[in-house]
Amino acid sequence: MSAAPAEVDLPRSADNPVTDRPWVTIVWNDPINLMDYVTYVFQQVFGYPRKKATKLMLDVHHKGKAVVAAGAREAMEHNVEVLHGYGLWATVKQDN
Amino acid sequence: MEPFRRTRGGGARAWIAASEASLLRNLVGQVMTLIAPEGPEPPYSPSGPPGWEDITALEALLAEPGGPASDEDPEARRAPDDPVVARLLPDGYRNDPEAAGEFRRYTESGLRSAKQQVAREMLDTLPDTGGRIQLTQDQAVAWLKALNDVRLALGVRLGVTEEFEEQWARLGQDDPQRAAFEVYAWLGAVQESLVQALA
Repeated sequence: MSAAPAEVDLPRSADNPVTDRPWVTIVWNDPINLMDYVTYVFQQVFGYPRKKATKLMLDVHHKGKAVVAAGAREAMEHNVEVLHGYGLWATVKQDN
Repeated sequence: MEPFRRTRGGGARAWIAASEASLLRNLVGQVMTLIAPEGPEPPYSPSGPPGWEDITALEALLAEPGGPASDEDPEARRAPDDPVVARLLPDGYRNDPEAAGEFRRYTESGLRSAKQQVAREMLDTLPDTGGRIQLTQDQAVAWLKALNDVRLALGVRLGVTEEFEEQWARLGQDDPQRAAFEVYAWLGAVQESLVQALA
């Protein structure tokens, strides 16, 4: 059994505004994944309606990438892990 | 092969010829070797690309080209050298090697296992000598992922671009890559029919 972690004195967010910026999940275009498959994955992973999933897929296709979700860093890393499981090319980034 | 159709309950079914089942089995097995947890042993010499003349040539279709072993700190996780493996297990951060390495340290092993798992599920539901494929929804999703991994691996090896059709059309009748392009296109059709059946 491990001990509870000691309290750590984290810097206040006001002193460190960088950490307050939300994080995003980005999906990059690639020439292999099928368009219908990418739409399907966005519906499955994010629960997006077909119309929104299709628009995001087309953004990826035409603009080379799209932000498909935003939020806490851990949640975005989880998204990327799941998307990699589907074979999509996804990364995490701090929004700016 | 007869394309996938939706079944009641949200699954899918199809019919596959023995030769096609054998081809899928072979390709999925090669992907499993590439992403095996301990990392693959390069099974062929890096003397040149494999031939594509017949089914036996597919044994080496996706094989990882040999390369120098990394002499870096094993704790420093970085993207695999083989571009196919790097595409199957991509970085989670761009232009941030430190964050990418950290992400990889925590996720790569699980991702390898997950990909092995869907590949195994696909092989378990692929009839040995061809025939009817009958999938539940969960099995169908495993097929989608495993088929996609095979397409990614083959697509990267072939250097497929958005102009795939043109690349294919430019190949001469006796070009050794022709068969692989045909396999790649066929895999896309199979996957597309499965997506349509589930959508």
